[in-house]
Amino acid sequence: MAEVLLKIEGIHKRFGGLHALNDVGLTINKGEIYGLIGPNGAGKTTLFNVLTGLYVPDEGSFTFDGKNLFQAKPHIVVESGIARTFQNIRLFAEMTALENVMVGRHIRSKAGALGAVLRDRRTREEERAIEAKAWELLEYVGITDVAEERARNLSYGHQRRLEIARALATEPKLLALDEPAAGMNPRETEELKELMSKIAKGGVTVLLIEHDVKLMMGLCDRIAVLDYGKKIAEGVPEEVRRNPKVIEAYLGAAHA
Amino acid sequence: MTKAQDSKKVGVFIASAIALCVLPFIVGGSLGNSWVRIVDFALLYVMLALGLNIVVGFAGLLDLGFIAFYAVGAYTYALLSSPHFGLHLPFYITIPLGALFAAFFGILLGTPVLRLKGDYLAIVTLGFGEIIRIFMNNLNAPVNITNGPQGINLIDPIHVAGVDLGTPISLFGLNLPPVYLYYYLFLVLTVIVVIMAWRLQHSRIGRAWVALREDQIAASAMGINIRNIKLLAFALGALSGGVAGGLFSAFQGFVSPESFSLLESIMILAMIVLGGMGNIAGVILGAVVLTIAPEILRDVIGPLQMKTMGRMLIDPENARMLLFGLAMVAMMLVRPEGMLPSKRRKAEFRDAKAAAAQKG
Amino acid sequence: MDIFIQQILNGLVLGSIYALIALGYTMVYGIMGLINFAHGEVVMFGAMVTISVVSALTNAGVNLPGPALVLIGMLVAIPACMLLGFVIERVAYRPLRGAQRLAPLITAIGLSIVLQQVAILIWGRNYIPFPQVLNHDTIDIFGATITKLQVVIVVMCLVIMAGLLVMVEKTKLGRAMRATSQNPTVAGLMGVNVNTIISATFVLGSALGAVAGVMVATNYDQAHYYMGFMIGLKAFTAAVLGGIGNLGGAVAGGILLGIIESLGAGYIGQLTGGFLGSNYQDIFAFMVLILVLIFRPSGLLGEKVADRA
Repeated sequence: MAEVLLKIEGIHKRFGGLHALNDVGLTINKGEIYGLIGPNGAGKTTLFNVLTGLYVPDEGSFTFDGKNLFQAKPHIVVESGIARTFQNIRLFAEMTALENVMVGRHIRSKAGALGAVLRDRRTREEERAIEAKAWELLEYVGITDVAEERARNLSYGHQRRLEIARALATEPKLLALDEPAAGMNPRETEELKELMSKIAKGGVTVLLIEHDVKLMMGLCDRIAVLDYGKKIAEGVPEEVRRNPKVIEAYLGAAHA
Repeated sequence: MTKAQDSKKVGVFIASAIALCVLPFIVGGSLGNSWVRIVDFALLYVMLALGLNIVVGFAGLLDLGFIAFYAVGAYTYALLSSPHFGLHLPFYITIPLGALFAAFFGILLGTPVLRLKGDYLAIVTLGFGEIIRIFMNNLNAPVNITNGPQGINLIDPIHVAGVDLGTPISLFGLNLPPVYLYYYLFLVLTVIVVIMAWRLQHSRIGRAWVALREDQIAASAMGINIRNIKLLAFALGALSGGVAGGLFSAFQGFVSPESFSLLESIMILAMIVLGGMGNIAGVILGAVVLTIAPEILRDVIGPLQMKTMGRMLIDPENARMLLFGLAMVAMMLVRPEGMLPSKRRKAEFRDAKAAAAQKG
Repeated sequence: MDIFIQQILNGLVLGSIYALIALGYTMVYGIMGLINFAHGEVVMFGAMVTISVVSALTNAGVNLPGPALVLIGMLVAIPACMLLGFVIERVAYRPLRGAQRLAPLITAIGLSIVLQQVAILIWGRNYIPFPQVLNHDTIDIFGATITKLQVVIVVMCLVIMAGLLVMVEKTKLGRAMRATSQNPTVAGLMGVNVNTIISATFVLGSALGAVAGVMVATNYDQAHYYMGFMIGLKAFTAAVLGGIGNLGGAVAGGILLGIIESLGAGYIGQLTGGFLGSNYQDIFAFMVLILVLIFRPSGLLGEKVADRA
């Protein structure tokens, strides 16, 4: 039996009259690539925001790596080992690629204002380590050649990779990617797929939202399907593909 | 970097160090001691502007009540080192105490406004500054704490290693009046503040501030504790405001609520904005220009009018403020990023403009 | 009890003036999402121009009843302030539309300073008394007193505000304003000339500001180049209290703030055991502002704006 990394149960989230998440529960095991699919407006990104602390869920339970993260603040969530990217890329646009990744090291470094002002040896060493790690991660996602460029000037594919590098800088146990392949051409998508496999092989569990069902089927170990704020299916890709509820949700959505 | 560049840098550094050391003699010798006094004030304003720059320039939090922290520092010194309560504590107690007090007020103000952004934050901080001023003005009854609008007089000058900076001394046959002595004290402290600001900017904390300024949500997704990093900016900004306030108190020998009006807060904000927000060199330039320029205008406007028109049409104070207001408007329209912008801020301003142009 | 009623009445007078000014802030905010920092100066100009006109008329020996003189003054002040509002928008805001938020705030502060200095050039630094043309007869209500002038002020404010609300709801201009405040881009696509609407908003708000300025000057019998700052700040607070961007909210917020302030000033001595006196009246507005923004940033009647992610 695989080891459970993340477990949520009975999660509810309401926005005024809208019941965006209705009794959602799921389990993610260590080391797997877990996919989350569903038609537009099904609540995928809402669930993502709940899992990363940006939204506070109304009810339910949320444990991660043995820790209770229900209604925890984003920085606690990140510290516990969940990192994310955004659907509409949110880099620090005027910082260089390298600086973006260095910000990602924030939670894994300590120097405070006093250390910054005094520049004692420990602070200097930490700063060097931050920079070295950032270079290493840029190398890992393959964009060292644009390290000194401002993030806003990078190509779309590079921005996606940079966002992943920045998230990896927080040393996550779970990396949550919100539609990383959106807007990419087939070649870029293929490269991204390789990168995600590489990350998973490196021991980081991956949670993935994607529109591209084909990509998900080939990549994910298990998949959950959301529709109208409810989980309608969960399982290995083959099961999910055959699930009549899923077919209905997708065809229904396509026909609407 | 080549050796030639290195030695050139060292040369520039030594030259400017010497220039700063002899500056009061040059200024005092050619223009008189009242101008040395103005230079002293310029240094005080550099410290203040660098403090506010932490809040506005680095962290992107718009603060229009910054002068309140200056006031807290100034009043702390004044109350503890003057005949008002008969206390005469030394500066190495009163100035740090004032700074801590100011930092405390910074956190006090920062906590409730954590969720506010932009203009809202500006208005609330403005209100906070006014509240502090109203209290200073009125806390003379029933218990006389601040002495009300009259302010506090006969504040002790600073004594460093047995030297009273408030009385002239003779050194190697040179007569050094107080404005010279304070100049050197302020210069040392200004250099320290500059180094501190620069080091903060290029640190883990500085990066977190920029991240906060550029995208708060992404910053929190990077594990930055938004509340703490904002409060840290408020506290450190207030701290330097408090130090400058204590120095002001000692230097001036007198404080009253009048010195801490909204206009002063606006002035310091203008120094940052006109100089180049977020860029330390720009902020220093802004502070110096906005301290010196009005004084020059004061000396020039009156005589100029007499000469050209034969009479005073606009009184110098009026003309000075008019020009100041116009300069603020013109600067925003023509060069919103300031005289010496940081590269990053410049890009932010340009991009916002380009985006607007595209939309409209 | 007399004090209570008296303070409520005072608050009502003060509050209806705040409300009138608050409408100017809230209209501009609703449409452009920015605080027109220079609005207080428009109020000041309204007061100053009226005083000048009334003084000029009385000095010229025009023999008309006081209210008629004030009315003439106001009819000069209103278009003058409308022009001022138009110019403010053109100079300080239009070139910066869509730029970083800080830029329009700074130009507005700069423009405020310029306008104050211009006022000093024209009218000097001292308080200017309002010419003694209005009588200050009082009426007794439940043991409290109110001047007839103040009754007129309150009634006029209510009438003007009702008129504005009807205009925004019923007329074509009003519809265009509401559309622009919801989404300027879409309104533009639908054929609304957004620039015209924004100008109209400034001009309309300035007209209200001019009337408010006259009311302040008649009520306090004086005007001053710096008067716009404090009253503008309080009216802004009123707009936030009611829910910025919401016209009804500005009216409610203004009246409420006026009452809070005068009750506060009347009772602060008792509340603090004599430690603080009525000279702390001005802090109430700021306290209200800070408390509202912390606990209910959307204001009493407004949608959530301060916390938009």
